[in-house]
Amino acid sequence: MQFPESWLRTLVNPQLSTDELAHRLTMAGLEVEAVEAAAPPFASVVVAEVLAVEPHPDADRLRVCSVNVGEAEPLQIVCGAPNVAVGQKVPCARVGAKLPQMEIKQARVRGVESAGMLCGASEIGLEDKVDGLLVLPADAPVGADIRSYLLLDDKLITLKLTPNRADCLSLVGLAREVAAITGTKAYLPSQAPVMKDIYDTVEVDVSAKDACPRYLGRVIKGIDARAETPAWMAMRLERSGIRSISAPVDITNYVLLEMGQPMHAFDLARLRGGIEVRWAKPGEKLALLNEQVAELAADMLVVADGSGPLALAGIMGGAATAVQPETIDILLEAAYFSPEAIAGRARRLGLSTDSSHRFERGVDYAGTLMAMERATKLMLEICGGQPGAVIEETGKLPVREPIRLRIPRVARVLGMDLDDAKVRDYLQRLGLAVKEANEALLVTPPSYRFDLAIEEDLIEEIARLHGYDQIAPRAPRAAALMLPQDETRLEHARLRDYLCGRDYQEVITYSFVDPDWEVALSGGVTALMLQNPIASQMAAMRTTLWGGLLNALVHNLNRQQTRVRLFEMGRAYLQESNGLRQPMRLAGLCYGPAFDEQWGVAARMVDFYDAKGDIERLPGAVLEFVQATHPALHPGQTARLMLNGEAVGWLGTLHHRIAQKFDLPVAPILFELELDALGALNLPFHRSVGRFPSMRRDLAFLVDQDISASSLLATMREAAEPIVQDVEIFDLYQGQGVPAGQKSLAFRIVMQDTERTLTEPEVEAAVAKIAEAVTSRHGAKLRA
Amino acid sequence: MRNPNEIVAEALAAIRASQDLPELEQVKIRFLGKQGALTELLKSLGGLSPDERKSAGARVNEAKQAVEAALKMRRDVLQEAELERRLKEEAIDVTLPGRGRGRGGLHPVTRTLERIEKLFGSMGFEVAHGPEIETDFYNFTALNIPEDHPARAMHDTFYLQDGSLLRTHTSPVQVHYMQEHKPPFRIIAPGRVYRCDSDVTHTPMFHQVEGLWVDETVSFADLKGVLADFMRRFFEQDDLKVRFRPSFFPFTEPSAEMDIGCVICGGEGCRVCSHTGWLEVLGCGMVHPNVFKHVNVDPEPYLGFAFGLGVERLAMLRYGVDDLRLFFENDLRFLAQFK
Repeated sequence: MQFPESWLRTLVNPQLSTDELAHRLTMAGLEVEAVEAAAPPFASVVVAEVLAVEPHPDADRLRVCSVNVGEAEPLQIVCGAPNVAVGQKVPCARVGAKLPQMEIKQARVRGVESAGMLCGASEIGLEDKVDGLLVLPADAPVGADIRSYLLLDDKLITLKLTPNRADCLSLVGLAREVAAITGTKAYLPSQAPVMKDIYDTVEVDVSAKDACPRYLGRVIKGIDARAETPAWMAMRLERSGIRSISAPVDITNYVLLEMGQPMHAFDLARLRGGIEVRWAKPGEKLALLNEQVAELAADMLVVADGSGPLALAGIMGGAATAVQPETIDILLEAAYFSPEAIAGRARRLGLSTDSSHRFERGVDYAGTLMAMERATKLMLEICGGQPGAVIEETGKLPVREPIRLRIPRVARVLGMDLDDAKVRDYLQRLGLAVKEANEALLVTPPSYRFDLAIEEDLIEEIARLHGYDQIAPRAPRAAALMLPQDETRLEHARLRDYLCGRDYQEVITYSFVDPDWEVALSGGVTALMLQNPIASQMAAMRTTLWGGLLNALVHNLNRQQTRVRLFEMGRAYLQESNGLRQPMRLAGLCYGPAFDEQWGVAARMVDFYDAKGDIERLPGAVLEFVQATHPALHPGQTARLMLNGEAVGWLGTLHHRIAQKFDLPVAPILFELELDALGALNLPFHRSVGRFPSMRRDLAFLVDQDISASSLLATMREAAEPIVQDVEIFDLYQGQGVPAGQKSLAFRIVMQDTERTLTEPEVEAAVAKIAEAVTSRHGAKLRA
Repeated sequence: MRNPNEIVAEALAAIRASQDLPELEQVKIRFLGKQGALTELLKSLGGLSPDERKSAGARVNEAKQAVEAALKMRRDVLQEAELERRLKEEAIDVTLPGRGRGRGGLHPVTRTLERIEKLFGSMGFEVAHGPEIETDFYNFTALNIPEDHPARAMHDTFYLQDGSLLRTHTSPVQVHYMQEHKPPFRIIAPGRVYRCDSDVTHTPMFHQVEGLWVDETVSFADLKGVLADFMRRFFEQDDLKVRFRPSFFPFTEPSAEMDIGCVICGGEGCRVCSHTGWLEVLGCGMVHPNVFKHVNVDPEPYLGFAFGLGVERLAMLRYGVDDLRLFFENDLRFLAQFK
């Protein structure tokens, strides 16, 4: 909401500077977004009357003018404006004037003396509407300073109003508010009823009574729709951000700004019979004032006549019945449409109008008639005409119920004591009726306040008027209890710190990704799609975090990075048969050299086992890695990650086909884990480490290439006697001495008993049992 | 019999001449070994008379001790020299870089979130989480934002095909939490939120932290106290100016907007604070009774305050990041600055 300070000051004029006033408004919840000057600074420009215009002897386009600036002698000024004419009042910059773009000096223009400059609007920092001079009204006082005459020292104030303060969407409402917060008296316009000159009327039928509890109409005949809008009105409209269009339209807009009551004028000659306020019928269409054709829905309120809808009630008028320059007779409308009947409709049609903005939030239902009288009066003054009587259809208007306010509750909610008298004063300053009731106040809000319904609403009003900054901050008191610390839950921060320590950089990527890529990466899971994505490549809700990581990889490779190691923690979004699941995931990506180029380590590319090592050492979980396939991963380099028999993630090299899709020369290693599963820890419970020496025996086997290490390990663990504490792989060898298609795997077997020292025969027997199991089950050969 | 003194003299010369431990060992064998000169001399004593043997034996033993002492001294010297040499040989250039992998880092938003969680945690706030794909009920209705309410227009909501939506704020976590817990409690709920808006100052996804404290004694004054404390601790400025202005949120009443003195210019006025000296940092208020009613908390004994703050905004102010979009480009050159 934008308005000129000068207009507000005619209604309420607190002894505060503009900045102070702006600060008070902001601190009362009417945030001032901007304060701008109506015009840039300049001086020495006065109202002048053009007395004579002569051609310039040496220039076709120039004229030599004699102008009266209120001094004894007229000034001679050379003027190039095409519209200069005798008798005009125009701004005249005197010699010495500093205009926004130039300084005026005594000059000779093509040999003729010129003592100043006649100005167009842009020369004094205003908007040009005509080519040439800014022609002032005929009654402009000659010699007057143009800044004071045009109120150019005025300030344009823009408020960022919250949706609850519909009552401040008018100058009258703002004046009331300023009066309340500053304790100043407001002088609000009132309008006596205009007597009817004619008996013309229009039949009004309100069938949607709940949606339109009050509808006022008035016929005015014989207006001059071409009449000029008075300069003061045009100025106020423009400084409020509304273009002057024609006098009848300007008048309705002016009343809207002044009183907050949206008005509409129909061209009476174009109405077919009486009018009806009703819900739209399915299939009805309406060509609006903005040339848009609206397809109406059954929950849209219209003003209609025999031929169909004429206007979208409370939102916008129709083109067919709009007031034209030729219009002679009009029907003026002022109505109260309930917020529920208007809210959301304009938005659905892609519209936002000053009218719908107000009706959606609530218009003062007690001000309808006053606005009608005000608009009538202005219409008669500016456009002439004869008014008819006010046609009124009133149903069940809203009623403001009294609200019970307990003073102790005020103190409790705000955390400060306020005395009764102050509370009463604040409420009354806001125009609320206050009555005593049993240990409480009964407070009735005025018709223009749609935001006050419960006790808390009143408490906010009291706090607002008292000043939020007058409520002393306090350190809250609460029972000093410790927070629970579940030691069997792995904190996400620990995982993050671990991965950072292993040279992964955390990233945060968007939850919505490219649907095409998601299909390739998801492994057959169908992504949820957004109805209204910001862009088509951000339309799918991710089912894996890999898309975002690959995106970030590509972004960085395009910026000269060669080694990228990333991780992200966040949700995936899965539509499953039993409903929506949004599990937290931890995903990572490794690409490029295993190490930054350095003197002490041979250069090599990162591979599956680097990433596997990082995952194996994650705090908490002991994961199993099972050979598997995933559509997005290399079929020979993919492991399903298992935790206590449950699949909890994937590790693998990106499939070459997909790497190509992303234009990656090398396939990165990817992993993804379910964080919830990973987060469950066991509480450690001590067992004796044993005082007796442990024995180690190593075994090496030759086995076929495709037999997995984990299957050998599983066999060995199964065949292990209780004395076997640990079986681990410590070497893999292929090459000289090992037949083609085979590999040599070496295992370390550690044995110990907590009660005694082991004997050689039992150690040998345990090892032999393990060796036998492996050779017989996997066709392995024990190496000497 | 050879004169033991001669042998000693010879041995001492040889000891002195030896240059390393193996050489010294040879000298030892030469004089004290099984066939060493002094050993032989000792053996030859058998042919002497008992008296002669006694005196000669004493002289030979003296000679032997002298040689042994000299050997030990020389050995110490040589060992010391050997150690010196080895240490010298093993010296390296300690300024060469260490071996192995580098170090990653947290995303600045995570870093900020951890800081926020730690600060509120120190006051006893627990961390709660909630879903990001939400229903209309949790995101709007239960928060006292009915259908067609103008406040909905302030939330540019992403909708899914089935009519569910991406939460536009972290406030729905309040509702989930209150449905499942009985007051008193104090929680914060950090997480991702979404608005259908993308330009220089908006990204379609960003982070908020919701806060909620419900108890019988909390008040607006407490709200002011907690949030002022938080901002001062977060920015580590004990004299940070704060102010609260009336505002409007459907789920709080009274509602407030909190401003802090501009941490970039110190309140002098700069581009970041639009020359006002103030920065709008969060919205807050006392929990609206209608919200309590939706979750069956009695608003008579219980009062609550709630707040929602933008994490990226705080991260930008804290770390001097001047473009919101940098957070989601994930450029390593940007991210590496927050290690």
